[in-house]
Parts: sequence; C-alpha cells; structure tokens
Amino acid sequence: MTDIATYNFAYLDEQTKRMIRRAILKGIAIPGYQVPFASREMPMPYGWGTGGVQVTASIIGPDDVLKVIDQGADDTTNAVSIRAFFKKVANVAVTTETAKATIIQTRHRIPEQPLTAGQVLVFQVPIPEPLRFLEPRETETRKMHALEEYGLMHVKLYEDIARHGRIATTYAYPVKVEGRYVMDPSPTPKFDNPKMHRSPALQLFGAGREKRIYAVPPFTDVVSLDFEDHPFEVQTFDQPCALCGAENVYLDEVILDDHGGHMFVCSDTDHCEKRREEGHRGHLSPETMEPAE
Amino acid sequence: MDIATQSIDGGFAEPVFNAQVVFRAIMDAMARPGTVQTLQQLAHPPAPLSATAGAVALALCDNDTPLWLDSPLQAEASVKAWLGFHTGAPLANTPADAHFALIAKPAEMVALDGFSQGTQEYPDRSTTLILLTSDLGSGPTLLLEGPGIEKTSMIAPTGMPRHFVEQWKQNNQRFPRGVDIILAAPGQLACLPRTTRIKTMEA
Repeated sequence: MTDIATYNFAYLDEQTKRMIRRAILKGIAIPGYQVPFASREMPMPYGWGTGGVQVTASIIGPDDVLKVIDQGADDTTNAVSIRAFFKKVANVAVTTETAKATIIQTRHRIPEQPLTAGQVLVFQVPIPEPLRFLEPRETETRKMHALEEYGLMHVKLYEDIARHGRIATTYAYPVKVEGRYVMDPSPTPKFDNPKMHRSPALQLFGAGREKRIYAVPPFTDVVSLDFEDHPFEVQTFDQPCALCGAENVYLDEVILDDHGGHMFVCSDTDHCEKRREEGHRGHLSPETMEPAE
Repeated sequence: MDIATQSIDGGFAEPVFNAQVVFRAIMDAMARPGTVQTLQQLAHPPAPLSATAGAVALALCDNDTPLWLDSPLQAEASVKAWLGFHTGAPLANTPADAHFALIAKPAEMVALDGFSQGTQEYPDRSTTLILLTSDLGSGPTLLLEGPGIEKTSMIAPTGMPRHFVEQWKQNNQRFPRGVDIILAAPGQLACLPRTTRIKTMEA
C-alpha cells in the first residue's frame, strides 16, 4: 500500500484542507457553534460520513493512529471502508484499540473506555442543526442561535413529557455547550452524552451534506437539556452483556432465531473483546455455554 | 539577497506535511489555551516576520483570506513579497477586512476591537490575530481559565498589546463575537481563543 502518489496525502487538496482547518479553529474558539464550510464531494455518498472524513483528512498526519467505529463496532461496513480509505490515501497506521488511537472517527457512539488528552474524537453528523425539525428555515435557526433563543427546544421536550410522561428523545439528545450554544451531539444514544461533559479529548463534528463543522474543546461543559422535575437520565439495561458480562455499558439487541430468542451485547466491540481477553464472561459466551453436540 | 530571491526562498520544504504539523500545533494550542506547543523551524521568512509566524501564515492563509500587516511588516517589501508568493493572500486595507492579521509589534498595535469581530449570526467571521512575541514565559503572568483548561493554566508572553487584560475582558464580553489570538514565539506557539478568561492575579 505505498502507491499513494495518485492523490494528495489524505485525499483532499491543500486549499481544501486549509479551508477546513480554519473552520475547525473557529469551531474550537466558539464551542458548539456550527461553522459553515465548503464541503467537498468525497468518493462516498452523503450519509456515509463525508463530513467526518473531511475533518479527519484535514487533521491527520503520517504519525497518527486511526480508529474508526460505526455504532461502536470496528468491523461494520462504514468503519471498515473508511479505515481502508485512510490506509490507502494517507498510509496511516490503523487500530481497533481505543487506547492506541490518536484520532477516532465515530458514527454515533463514544467508546466506553474513557478518552485521554492526546486523542481527537471526530463525529460524523447527519443533521447538525438541533433546531431543524422545529424550525426548517436556516435564516430563522441562525437568528435563534444568535439571540440564544432556545425556548422552542424546551417546549419540544415539555411536549414529550405531556404526551409520554417523560422526555422521549433517546438519541441526538440536545445539549448546551459552555452555557451558550444548544448543540446536536450527533445521533449518539443519550447514554453517551455524559461522556462529552469535560472530556479530556478534543471533540470535532463534521456534517458533509449540511456543510457544517463544530467542536467541543477538552474540559468544556456539555449539559443535556432537562427540567428540574424531569432530570436528564441515561438508558439503563436490566441485564449485563451476554458475552462479557459488562454492566453500565451501552448494549445492542441481537436477534438469535425466529422464536423471539435474543441477547444483549456490548455495542463497543473493542471494549467487549478486551473484557473477554481479561477473562470476563457473560451467560451466552461460548466458553460458558455447554459445548455443542 | 534581492527581494525576488527572498520572496521565493524560505517556504515549507515539504508543504503538505509541514502544513499539517503546524496546523496540529495550532489546533492543540487552540483546544488547550495556555499550553505551549513546540514547533521546529519550518519556514524562513524575511525579517521582521518570525519563523513561527511565517509558518502559521503558510499553514492557514491563502487567496481566500485577506491578510492585514501592522506597520513594521507593512514597511518591509520583502515580507509582502514573501507572503504574496507563498500564500497568495491578498492584503486587507483595514484591520476590519482581515481574516488574519500579522502583528510584529503587539505593544503598538491598534485596539482589538478594531479588527473584524464577526456578527452575532456568524461569529466565525472574525479576525484571527497572529502576534509575534519574543518569549512565552518571561512577561507578566496571565492566569487563564475557560473551555480547554481543566482548572487554570498560565502563560507569560512578552510585549503584549497595551491594556491587554482590560481589552481581553471586553473581547470576552462580546462573545460569541470576538477575535482569537495565536501567539508566535521562536520555536513555540500558544493560543488564546475568545472563550479564554484571564483571571486577575492577586499581587
């Protein structure tokens, strides 16, 4: 894999990288504010993480170690293809281990293992505007952000409570960054919201189709919106991971057969594998099950 | 050396990789205000533009970013020629038109509010100031807090703008509008984004 001469390092041309880099710096300087940028066509369709890919391509260097996850997994289509893309166009080292990565590009999860100061987390964002489904006009939402007018978002959360008795939003749960901008944390489960709060890692968000970049610097307050009598809560699971027995992690449901059989396993595959290597077992892991006939 | 040679020499030896290294240093410094990032000498601009400030300009500026120079830099034809040749950035007529401003003598510069502050709708459309300083450790100590800083951090750049602490407080109050600062010292850089607050030191 040394034939990278046909493209510039990391695919993007230098002027595009500079433009994206300037947007990233402004994003860091104004936490939670969506910086418009001239998103490029990438060799993959919108919705496949073109925003995240452009951010990663603009920050990555030959010494970086890249990890890509899709819903927590290193081995799903999106993660595999983006990892292969950067291996090809930037010839960088890749890993599936959270601790070894310097840049982690993610689609909709934050790794279970706490991130450290040297790491950058790059989110792929489909709809960066948290107010978009409440107010379709960009001119209006921009004004709402300018005036810090977020009453509509609270009305939406209140209507959830009026209708369902609780806030029904479970992913892309709106947060307020450093007490100023309401931000879409990308469609991560709300389970991951507390991990964004004062994280030691830099968090960058790229929305390719919507042409926005935003950022949360390390040690920045990220507070999920809620009400005094309906405080923010994360999802809880009543059973541990079926493979590694982990509790207090985010679990995926896996259907086992057509008779209603199912199991819950860690969505973070790296975390699950690490735990199994350490000898943790769940009730459905191959080692604990009776050997097959 | 005549101006023509001076303006062509001294760019990045490896434009792609050097620009990435410089950008990462700026990004880390912007994300962690007050931390000092070390930087090898990658650019060799004509004086009085420093190597660090020159490298920052090469990494971030191009024909999309009007550049404003303070009078010591403005007076030097070789500096203008070098920036023009390597970045293609047009020179801004007034500080308020600039996306980036290179300031060789911060102590004598125009007020921070003379630069573009962005608008309430588009606060990103503000000037980023690149201040040349001789040292980040021997000036008056600034105690910093804000996003990117776990508790507090300290930095002591020399030759800062007049009434800087007071000017910076006003810059904070304009949030989300306001300017951001990149401090370029020999072999080092640090950043002060508009969110960083300077705590007054008790004497």
